[in-house]
Amino acid sequence: MTTAFDLIDMEGVTRAYPTGRPSLICFVKEDCQTCNLAAPVIESFARAWGAKADVWMLGQSADGNLILKDKHGLTLPILDESGCRTSFAWGFEIVPALFWLGADGTLKTRLEGFVRQEWQDLDTQIAADLKAQPAAVAWSELPEWRPGCGSKHLDPQIHDKLLADATDSPIRARRIEIASADDIAEFMYDQGFSDGLPLVPPTAERVLRMLNGTSRGAQDVVAIVPPNMAPVTVEKIAINAVMAGCKPEYLPVVIAAVEAVCTDEFNMHGVNATTMGASPVLVINGPIRARIGMNMKLAALGPDNRANATIGRALRLVVRNVGGARPGGTDRSTLSTPMKITMCFPEWEEGSPWEPLHVERGFRAEDSVVTAFAMTSGPTQIVDQESRQPDQMGGTLGLGLESMFLSKIHRMPTDALLVVCPEHVKTLISEGDYSKARLRARIQAVTARPLREMVANEISGAGIPLAMAAKMSEAHLSSLVPKFADEQNIHIVVAGSEAGKFSAAFHGWVTGPMGSISVSRKIET
Amino acid sequence: MTTILDPTDERVPVARRITPRTGDITGVVGLLDISKPRGNVMLDELERLMAERLPGVELRRYRKPTFTKPCPTDLRLQIKSECNYLVEALAD
Repeated sequence: MTTAFDLIDMEGVTRAYPTGRPSLICFVKEDCQTCNLAAPVIESFARAWGAKADVWMLGQSADGNLILKDKHGLTLPILDESGCRTSFAWGFEIVPALFWLGADGTLKTRLEGFVRQEWQDLDTQIAADLKAQPAAVAWSELPEWRPGCGSKHLDPQIHDKLLADATDSPIRARRIEIASADDIAEFMYDQGFSDGLPLVPPTAERVLRMLNGTSRGAQDVVAIVPPNMAPVTVEKIAINAVMAGCKPEYLPVVIAAVEAVCTDEFNMHGVNATTMGASPVLVINGPIRARIGMNMKLAALGPDNRANATIGRALRLVVRNVGGARPGGTDRSTLSTPMKITMCFPEWEEGSPWEPLHVERGFRAEDSVVTAFAMTSGPTQIVDQESRQPDQMGGTLGLGLESMFLSKIHRMPTDALLVVCPEHVKTLISEGDYSKARLRARIQAVTARPLREMVANEISGAGIPLAMAAKMSEAHLSSLVPKFADEQNIHIVVAGSEAGKFSAAFHGWVTGPMGSISVSRKIET
Repeated sequence: MTTILDPTDERVPVARRITPRTGDITGVVGLLDISKPRGNVMLDELERLMAERLPGVELRRYRKPTFTKPCPTDLRLQIKSECNYLVEALAD
């Protein structure tokens, strides 16, 4: 599109297009050999028709313009197009690029690169249009064809910036200018954007690149984020994902995670606000794990993998920056948990003898899915280097889970997320199939204790009040009570290194409609 | 100069002004129990004292389904349309 422009020539004069006269607008860059070949030809055009038309050269580098002028003895107006905004707006790909335009702005001919015959035809056409002589060009001395070079405005760094500033840019967020004297990292801390760790500055270029990670529209509203009940768009998620350190290919996972936690079932408001200090824990399943390079093996729950570390952080930044959830505000956690900074890991489906978590929850194996759990503690280690029998192993995992909240408290309607390590899996299946159902039943069986052990006593006042226990029959007090109210409270996944007999568990919050129910969302890429 | 994009919901900060104090209480006073244990104990006592000291005032009780979630919109609108004042009881 041939839009208007104001550019400064080498004498400091502002040249404005359109001029009301026929115009030949020529885009060049000095470090292009073909442009150097073409520059004397363009100069000849200007000398032939300068009285009847505006023949301008738009150079994509200010220093390069000086070199071109000296090298070729150019006298035509050479305009500083180093910002490349006009190149971007006019939408060509190759330099030299020539646009022959009528006095009313009608585009008559457009050329990219150098094909001698095309340029010669243009010479004839312009001479005819202007009722003038053709330019004095020794065409036979020029090569028949030379490829041009990619226009500078298509350089990724420059193009993304131009795209971000363009009128049809998908960016709508408020722009915040940081003075050059300010330290950007410190500025972002001062604005309260940070979870305590440094942030990547969310420039428009970075956010645009992040938006390339999804096919969803930048202004699509993904969810309403509590506690402010603020609508969050794909763009706002992208901004926070940039700050968290995400790559564009992680964005669909972050979007699905935001969708999952901003449901009534998950209840992000309560999860955030509780004094108990709950946090989303994200488990990723399906092909996207490998595609974005997540770590599901050695140190799966720990540091160093960019996807694992930044997806959870991006979710948290969305909740705190868009939703307004901050400690001291509606986040009232007594101690809180580092999981509130980030906690996301993929299941090692290939190392598991069981159906992956997402298939268990009704998705297809080839779907990529994020599952959000509200958890208050974890990962807590469950250590057993000695068990060799499958039921011993299952028993250990049960005893490990019994410590949840307080070991004496049983029949808890609370979720736990058990991460079984590969060596423990190996022991479980050493004598054949050992289903998740059997493991859940084993956990319940080994944690079953007489109800009387849950009565408040001199060691701990927690549990069943003495007055209530006094009204219970001996048989009732002797009845066995397992750790979990329901076997379905026990969620099981596999992850971790193949060396080491150390599983881990995350302990839930208030599970159910009054608290939080785990939510899975398909990741749409 | 660097330009970054605002990661927040871009709410314009508004200095909140408290409702003007008239010096007396008239009309309807709502008492909202957020469903946290023992919130009702506090509201019962408050209701008794208010009924004693403000005989001309109508007292109405409301209850959120759960303290863990925001007040449902319908209930918020109902309270707004029925009350001149509201006391919200926390507990624990």
